[in-house]
Amino acid sequence: MAKSKQDRDNYMPTPDDRLLIEEFKQNPIGHHSPDLQRLLNRLRGAPMADKHCLVVVEPNRQWRLAKTTGIRGEPVKLLPQRFSNLSDAEWHVFKVRWKALTGETLTK
Amino acid sequence: MMKITAYADQVSVAPGETINFMVNCAAKSYKADIVKLICGDTNPDGPGYQEKVIRTPATGTYRGRKQVIHAGSFVEIGNAAALNQLQSFNMQAMIWPTTPAKGRQTIISNWSHRKQCGAQLIIDADNGGIGLCLGTGKGNVQTVVTGKPLLVREWYFVAASYDANKKTIQLIQEPLHTHVGCNDQARQKHVAKFAKLPTHTEPVTLGAQFVRYDKGRSVCQQHYNGKIDSPRIASRVLDRGEMEALKRNAIPGELVGDVVAAWDFSTDITGTRVRDMTENRYHGEIVNLPVRGMTGWNWNGEEMSWKHAPEQYGAIHFHDDDLYDAGWDVDFSLTVPKNLKSGLYAARLRCGDDDESEDYVPFAILPPRGEVTAKICFLLPTGSYMAYANEHMAVDVPIAQLLSGRLVEHDRQDIYRHEHREYGASCYDTHSDGSGICYSSRLRPILNMRPKYRAWIGGKGSALWQFNADTHIIAWLEALGYDYDVVTDEELHQDGLAAIAGYDAVLSSSHPEYQSRQMWDAMDAYQQTGGRLMYLGGNGWYWRIAYHCELPGVMEVRRGEGGIRAWEARTGEYYHSFTGEYGGLWRRNGRAPQRIVGTGFSAQGFDISSYYARKPDSYKKEIRWIMAGLGKDERIGDFGLVGGGAAGLELDRADANLGTPPGAYVLASSEKHTDIYLVVCEELLINYPGLGGHESPLVRADMVFYPTSNGGGLFATSSIAWSGSLSHNNYKNNVSRITKNVLDRFISNKPLLE
Repeated sequence: MAKSKQDRDNYMPTPDDRLLIEEFKQNPIGHHSPDLQRLLNRLRGAPMADKHCLVVVEPNRQWRLAKTTGIRGEPVKLLPQRFSNLSDAEWHVFKVRWKALTGETLTK
Repeated sequence: MMKITAYADQVSVAPGETINFMVNCAAKSYKADIVKLICGDTNPDGPGYQEKVIRTPATGTYRGRKQVIHAGSFVEIGNAAALNQLQSFNMQAMIWPTTPAKGRQTIISNWSHRKQCGAQLIIDADNGGIGLCLGTGKGNVQTVVTGKPLLVREWYFVAASYDANKKTIQLIQEPLHTHVGCNDQARQKHVAKFAKLPTHTEPVTLGAQFVRYDKGRSVCQQHYNGKIDSPRIASRVLDRGEMEALKRNAIPGELVGDVVAAWDFSTDITGTRVRDMTENRYHGEIVNLPVRGMTGWNWNGEEMSWKHAPEQYGAIHFHDDDLYDAGWDVDFSLTVPKNLKSGLYAARLRCGDDDESEDYVPFAILPPRGEVTAKICFLLPTGSYMAYANEHMAVDVPIAQLLSGRLVEHDRQDIYRHEHREYGASCYDTHSDGSGICYSSRLRPILNMRPKYRAWIGGKGSALWQFNADTHIIAWLEALGYDYDVVTDEELHQDGLAAIAGYDAVLSSSHPEYQSRQMWDAMDAYQQTGGRLMYLGGNGWYWRIAYHCELPGVMEVRRGEGGIRAWEARTGEYYHSFTGEYGGLWRRNGRAPQRIVGTGFSAQGFDISSYYARKPDSYKKEIRWIMAGLGKDERIGDFGLVGGGAAGLELDRADANLGTPPGAYVLASSEKHTDIYLVVCEELLINYPGLGGHESPLVRADMVFYPTSNGGGLFATSSIAWSGSLSHNNYKNNVSRITKNVLDRFISNKPLLE
């Protein structure tokens, strides 16, 4: 699954790690297997430029997807997607980050 | 974007006293109400937001107006006539620039912005080397530069001289340490365009260029980032040997008549004054609190405290985003009615119907001075609120999503603060030059110390942290019908034991992390003289802080040699400039938190919370009253609005080696934390695998009780998330039950051991 082996300093998903996708879908926030935690550390630890985050629209009920710029004072970029639960937001961003890391498009 | 922001001049006020509110409002008018805050949590899955409008003379509609903040620190020297009239001169300083490439920055400004005349020693915008700017007005400006970029965080001797008679300029830029391949040294002569400089009447400034006054505030531009040490101005061109002699903090006798200003930053470090050593006495004042007590160009590492070698601490570190007092004009005031009960209140300001048109300014109403009007005191941790004031980690730091184990959520206040950096940041942030923020003031809108605010760090669920989390304790007291007073850290610091001595029980907040020596000593004395403290939180009594001796509403923390640190103080800069005390962790001051509250910080994680399991001590006959009503193996707090459990976010453990008293009962311990929870770094003498919640026994909260001298006692929940579980099932749950069992006993006359 890894694009290449050049990234030796950082963990890259292997084909076996596709099994972790379902585990994440079932429980995106909370207890994870060590392998999933390692994957999430990679996905969530990205630098601040163009990093996904959420903006509260309605407390505990609605969030809007956004991206930070990594530049102090530069407005957070609001994106069109809205979510009514955090799990949906997590899954959406997981797919985007997985694609960026592996090149693979996850469906559903 | 928020249309209204505000702050107050006080955070606590007693009946009969006046609190002033300063408001920035984009609308023509706004409505102000005073409200009693009960529950600030807007989560519809909880008890719901609760406040009560109190009619006061301050209630009313006020005219809206824009008020702005001028951030950035500098030294201002007013009434410096001899400086303003200089013709030939020599300016020099030792500098340690942190952002030489950011654009034009001013080291010494003897300049009239209005007339565009005078002289400035600058860092040049184009190449980041030093330069001299001369102006004679009407657009006649000459700027000469070395063209040699300064290195970041290296000491330089810099000087610029101007000979009006010969029309020559000399620039000197000398690194203290040379590096092979670096072309950062210069000694240059240039021809000056002007034979005379017009006089002006503007203040001389160091670290920025004065522009104008705005309602009594000095507004500057071209703020410099970095340290300045030993700035000097002489009234003639000096030779290199004379300049060298002037580096020292004593003016050589042969130069006394020529040196017109020589500022010594190593004196009055605790204060706001900057001393001029010459007979001219061009003393200055620091503005917006640049950092003092900083290692100077000649610091040799032999002394770590500025008190022991002040002559090596002659540097001030300036930042373009320093802020002390926003300095806004007062918009309305409240003189607290005599009959208003002590509690947590706020000015609620609304200039429209949407969320963006609303702001709150919270404050405590104290009992009348010298009086106690309840058995219970809730201690509002204003020092800790200040440490977190306007914290920016979620937009500045990539680890925020790792710490919280999920996407971070930004509230509207976060978005506004991010775009308005002039509102200043917290002691968890870094300045624009990357250096840690060690001072934080409450004399500015603190937009994360608000009811309804959701914090990225506050766990899955209600996302509560500090102020808004603490409203759950207030809501619990109100729901169960307890009468209570509210006292803040500032009273505890100023009045000591007297601030709380009259109460049968003191309740802490969810996260009383920052404590001054005076606060620590007062709380220790309270417990030893029969006082009973309920520590209803986690990671308390952790950092040592200092309050300024002269300026109200500002605290200092030096993130020294241990602990969970958002930044690290530089070596030699561990001592508070406000007091000279050694800063950092209380644990490194010989007082681990276990010594005062039985438990101390052990692990943290910010995703989900967990529960406590009862421990054998909890069944002991003499303290059975604590768990009265609970089943034998009943899990405690496996519910809650903060991460879904009562044990979460930051967790403390009992440890006899760190000071947990021998008579302490460990009533329960939390378990089953995620691997987002990790052991605190001060426990890591050798780093090793297995430090997460799934494996490490140090990832736990220990609920502890012990009696103290003279009938006093201590109960600790040791978890920040505790307050978020109190309201579960309409306050009928075992977290609420235990809290009630302890509080009822603490305010009774019964002994604590049966």
